[in-house]
Amino acid sequence: MGGPSVTAAVELSGVTKRFGDVVAVDNIDLAIADGEFFAMLGPSGCGKTTTLRMIAGLEFPTEGSLQIFGDEMGTLPPNRRPVNTVFQNYALFPHMSVRENVSFGLRMQGMSKSETASRTSTLIELVQLGGMEKRKPDQLSGGQQQRVALARALVNEPKVLLLDEPLGALDLKLRQEMQDELKTLQRELGVSFVFVTHDQEEALTMSDRIAVMHEGRLLQVGSAEEIYERPSNRFVADFIGQTNLIDGTVADRDTIVLANGSKVAATTGHVAGTSVAMSLRPEAMHIGRPEDIPATHATSSLTGTVTEVNYLGVALVYRIAVDWIELEVRAPTVSEVDRLKPGETASVWWARETAQVVAD
Amino acid sequence: MAGENITEPRGATKWLLRANASFVYIFFYIPILVLIVFSFSDNRNVGVWGGFTLDWYRDFAESDNTREALWNSVQIGLVATVISVVLGTASALALERFKFRGRAVFDALLYLPIIIPDVTMAVMMLLFFSEAAELFGFSKGFATITLSHIAFSISFVSVVVRARLGGMNDRLEEAAMDLYATRWQAFRYVTLPLIMPGILGGGLLALTLSLDDVVITQFVTGPGWTTLPVYVFGLIRKGVTPLINAVSVVMLVASTILVVLSLIAQRIRGGDTV
Ligand SMILES: Nc1ncnc2c1ncn2[C@@H]1O[C@H](COP(=O)(O)OP(=O)(O)OP(=O)(O)O)[C@@H](O)[C@H]1O
Ligand SMILES: [Mg+2]
Repeated sequence: MGGPSVTAAVELSGVTKRFGDVVAVDNIDLAIADGEFFAMLGPSGCGKTTTLRMIAGLEFPTEGSLQIFGDEMGTLPPNRRPVNTVFQNYALFPHMSVRENVSFGLRMQGMSKSETASRTSTLIELVQLGGMEKRKPDQLSGGQQQRVALARALVNEPKVLLLDEPLGALDLKLRQEMQDELKTLQRELGVSFVFVTHDQEEALTMSDRIAVMHEGRLLQVGSAEEIYERPSNRFVADFIGQTNLIDGTVADRDTIVLANGSKVAATTGHVAGTSVAMSLRPEAMHIGRPEDIPATHATSSLTGTVTEVNYLGVALVYRIAVDWIELEVRAPTVSEVDRLKPGETASVWWARETAQVVAD
Repeated sequence: MAGENITEPRGATKWLLRANASFVYIFFYIPILVLIVFSFSDNRNVGVWGGFTLDWYRDFAESDNTREALWNSVQIGLVATVISVVLGTASALALERFKFRGRAVFDALLYLPIIIPDVTMAVMMLLFFSEAAELFGFSKGFATITLSHIAFSISFVSVVVRARLGGMNDRLEEAAMDLYATRWQAFRYVTLPLIMPGILGGGLLALTLSLDDVVITQFVTGPGWTTLPVYVFGLIRKGVTPLINAVSVVMLVASTILVVLSLIAQRIRGGDTV
């Protein structure tokens, strides 16, 4: 964040949205840079769509300020904002052809016929729908409808493009193709994309930065690495990727007492007595027999019993019961004779810096 | 056979269902067939075949009474339809789009004219107009009939248009506004074309109801404003002649065409474009 002191494409300060008693968006501060691919990620009902709709002007904030390129939006209606939206399920006009859908925005702006025609054609080519101009939306596949929605928004050359789960309705393969295409398109056009999704893998692979939302609040904003490797709290650690969360209490600056009384070393970052969780990624742990634990890792290890081993080709996934918890460990495949078997005693250890300590 | 599947009835059931269907059709259509056949009969007594003639249709076309009644019906039908389409569509939009106090009550009240018996409606209208006549110096005739027809047609138009609006994605108008349309343009270019089949269907239905109504019209009509169905009803009391058959056949054909058009309108996907 921070970055050079240029005006943000979109800036929200203290934005809250209430629907009656429901607080859909709770006091959000957020700045999205020009040309950025920005993802908003969070479970269903966390307020992603509402935030996007406020930027579009389809809802107005109950409190707070919303600026687009430095201009206060207030209650400016959507038709007077320099942003366009790709709606969830596309919302294509069913009675209009592909061409009429794509040119709609230009016609509403009163652009000349020739300019409208040439820009529409360019966009239809750009999204590879040449030859389908005359079709109605219901004569198109899901992926094609998605492209129409994209062209219909981009033809207006918005300064910010808002996308609400644009790939949610597509099957896996098409989804991956479209992810690549969207990313390429965004880079070529240099327009800010604000991309809502509840698919974390999609957010991680596509975005420059990700905002993680939960129950209307913004929990963390950062790059994929920052969010994955340094989650700011328990929810983010748990929500992004798979992890083992081990409850404990901070003893001092670099010791945590786990629930079973054992002490492990970690950079705690919280005052003594705080109840925290230690997040250990399955792939960040080593596994072996108790005598294999390197001396240097004595205080960053746990020992238990193997309950399950699953073979995944490149990796083996072990489940290990340690007193009160079960850990998941992902290790490179080794030959069958060297594998630990269910019922055997096993130890896991990890590099101290991979253990992230998070509070609630 | 290609069409056979597990849910298709077999054996005795199949046979009984077929017999039932045939019976229903016979029951419905024999009277209509009789009506049509005897409208071409050259004998004053309905039920006695006197050879083929088109005289009754000529009588219908040449009689001042029937022509005037037909013209009355058409005038009332058109005016009532236009007004009830506008008001019915507006109320459908209000009920679907806006949340306001008393919406549920308004909603329920709108269905009332569909549910209550014609006679009740007719008596209500009659009482209302006789009060109004004293207050405003209203005379019974065109205005009273048209107002009564509007009163019951609005409900039908509203129901048909609402069905169409209900099936419409709310996001579409938002998408239009996101694409620089004003509220009015969003309505004009997106909502209106999409609900147009409902409006047309509702309008044709209103026209049919107005052209066919006897009971209510008879209560609120005044001198010189006899509509065609009311005229036919009056003729029957003087004795049934094949002229009545001929008039009925014309009305039957007209109503059928209107209803079919209404159904077609409601089925089409909707809308011309900008
Ligand atoms: N118009 C509305 N009236 C009342 N409550 C609403 C309205 N719109 C949204 N909400 C509530 O606000 C909260 C946030 O909704 P929102 O649609 O923003 O979630 P979301 O993160 O987009 O979820 P999803 O992933 O399911 O699309 C939810 O609890 C929702 O029920
Ligand atoms: Mg949503």
